[in-house]
Amino acid sequence: MADVKRGYVRPLDLKNGRVDLTHGSGGRAMVQLISELFAHHLGNEYLGQGNDGAVLPAPMLDGKPARLVMSTDSHVVSPLFFPGGDIGCLSVHGTVNDVAVMGATPLYLAAGFILEEGFALSELARIVESMAAAARSAGVPVVTGDTKVVERGKGDGVFITTTAVGVLPEGLELGGSRARPGDVVLVSGSMGDHGVAIMSQRENLSFDAPIVSDTAALNGLIAAMLATGADIRCLRDPTRGGLAATLNEIAGQSGVGMMLKESAIPVKPVVAAACELLGLDPLNVANEGKLIAICASADAPMLLAAMRAHPLGQDAALIGEVSFDTHHFVQLSTAFGGRRIVDWLASDQLPRIC
Amino acid sequence: MKYIDEFRDGEVAQSIAGKIAHSVQGDRRYSFMEFCGGHTHAISRYGLSDLLPQNVRMVHGPGCPVCVLPIGRVDMAIHLALQQNVILCTYGDTLRVPASNGLSLMKAKARGGDIRMVYSTLDALRLARENPQRQVVFFAIGFETTTPPTALAIQQAQLEQLSNFSVLCCHVLTPAAISQILESPEVRQWGTVPIDGFIGPAHVSTVIGSRPYEFFAEEYRKPVVIAGFEPLDVMQAILMLVRQVNEGRAEVENEFSRAVTREGNLKAQERVAEVFELRREFEWRGLGLVPYSALQIREKYAAFDAERRFHLEYQSVPDNKACECGAILRGVKRPQDCKIFGTVCTPENPIGSCMVSSEGACAAHYSYGRYKDMN
Repeated sequence: MADVKRGYVRPLDLKNGRVDLTHGSGGRAMVQLISELFAHHLGNEYLGQGNDGAVLPAPMLDGKPARLVMSTDSHVVSPLFFPGGDIGCLSVHGTVNDVAVMGATPLYLAAGFILEEGFALSELARIVESMAAAARSAGVPVVTGDTKVVERGKGDGVFITTTAVGVLPEGLELGGSRARPGDVVLVSGSMGDHGVAIMSQRENLSFDAPIVSDTAALNGLIAAMLATGADIRCLRDPTRGGLAATLNEIAGQSGVGMMLKESAIPVKPVVAAACELLGLDPLNVANEGKLIAICASADAPMLLAAMRAHPLGQDAALIGEVSFDTHHFVQLSTAFGGRRIVDWLASDQLPRIC
Repeated sequence: MKYIDEFRDGEVAQSIAGKIAHSVQGDRRYSFMEFCGGHTHAISRYGLSDLLPQNVRMVHGPGCPVCVLPIGRVDMAIHLALQQNVILCTYGDTLRVPASNGLSLMKAKARGGDIRMVYSTLDALRLARENPQRQVVFFAIGFETTTPPTALAIQQAQLEQLSNFSVLCCHVLTPAAISQILESPEVRQWGTVPIDGFIGPAHVSTVIGSRPYEFFAEEYRKPVVIAGFEPLDVMQAILMLVRQVNEGRAEVENEFSRAVTREGNLKAQERVAEVFELRREFEWRGLGLVPYSALQIREKYAAFDAERRFHLEYQSVPDNKACECGAILRGVKRPQDCKIFGTVCTPENPIGSCMVSSEGACAAHYSYGRYKDMN
């Protein structure tokens, strides 16, 4: 009988190695990438099943089959690493938050990676580690995934698509169509941090105080808010398009208007200064760790107190109220004493010239 | 933000608003043109018109760099990007200005044009250094504020012998545009556009000084108050204009004395004069052909002139017939008077240039003030 030695496979060179087309070919190289990098960092009992799909226990709430909430989000951020985070943790936070703002408890994540040939494995490892840390701290494991490699020049380093599933208790209905005149609008903290952090990195702008992305998983904060029993109509995370886009969306869905108070909207001085310099309006800039809550005005003090007691809601503020308006305008009374519309934008903000 | 918040103080605004209300004479109407898009933006962004008495009306002027850019000039830039395979770089807002064939620079980019947004001419020079095998053209637009950096870039390019760098110069001049408005039949003969005074440019005046406006005050008997772009600057300027009108004065006053002198920035003027000379005429969107209203690159720097390098010929292209940008830029019409405002023409799909930049009268009114039309 031949003495067959167990095959030796040289480990991935996570220091100097690069993604190549074999990593997406479905062969041994791909299996190696998955086991040494993805499974190594993200591993758990479900991912460990190693099948094409994860077999998960049917979620129950209070002894009954629970309603599921599912959401998916693709992440194509540039630069991949930015002050306060990277595409890895962002891809966890973004999708966890989309499920959490429905009032659901996020349970599982799926992750799809599109890697560009030539991408450094060391950077990929950093991204996966950051993803794993974010998933751990949010308490939402990555249970299944996929990897594809595209030729050099056909991607931008890494794209990550994540999908999250969560459970929603019976009787809890949050949604953009539930805002009513007289309700109030709360935000969990300062506006515009993420977008300005990305932009200042992209444009190589440096400020005395660093601008750090607010990327964070909001499921903990939301659980604390729901526990108060306050009559919350709607929760949203104001990501792309910022506060302005999200409130316009809700105003349209609910068929109401809104009147905000500019002086009540929290914006960090350094973010305000950067926006001033770049010719941007912080109300149109993306956030990745903030939420908007619309609730019955009587419950606002209780809800605000609960938000402020949570580390991610310390700067929570009441910024305005829902009004009756057949045109569904979101308006702002300016700190200056005038009035204007807070419109959503046609596209990305471009700097003004004058 | 120190040095900025002070000029956005709501209480001070209320107190100036009180003074304006107290100063205006009940039987009189006051029409002031704010020349600059920066002022238009401030007025809309801070809701200033809510603080003014009924009989004070602000007329938006043509001082928005992208708004006055005619279609033919954008077509030239698109031609360079699509047909000549250059790296075309320009300032942000310019990317969205509508051009011929349903194109804009943004749409030309999607069709494969190598078009880059830059924050400064330094970025354009860097692109030229980094891509020695490619032609890099800076599409230079704007009034006197953006002209000195373009002049410096051209001089720097000559110093470094950056032979792949050139400039498509579309810089225009403020005083020429003001003359054109004051000479228009609507203002001078028919009186259909009442203009009782001007809020003079902020950033432009830091470069050219307050002296060029003295001619308008003397010749046309129109008061001019140069004002900063902060909302309190604008309020204070309106108060100063109201007082001049009441007292029958027509003078150049400087509210923006923290940045503007009578002579302006002499060094900047010198650089501009070294590199540029007056163009015999230039087509403005809205104002038509205006003599000696723009700059071209002097013979000495001809090597960096994209019009010469690529043998570009300017072709005038008429605006969309339904678009009222021309009349709006002259103060003859208001955005809401245009039939396609807010219907066919929106910031998502601008037909006219005034709907492009948030400094443009139409975009400012659409984005900040259109609720006022819908009661």
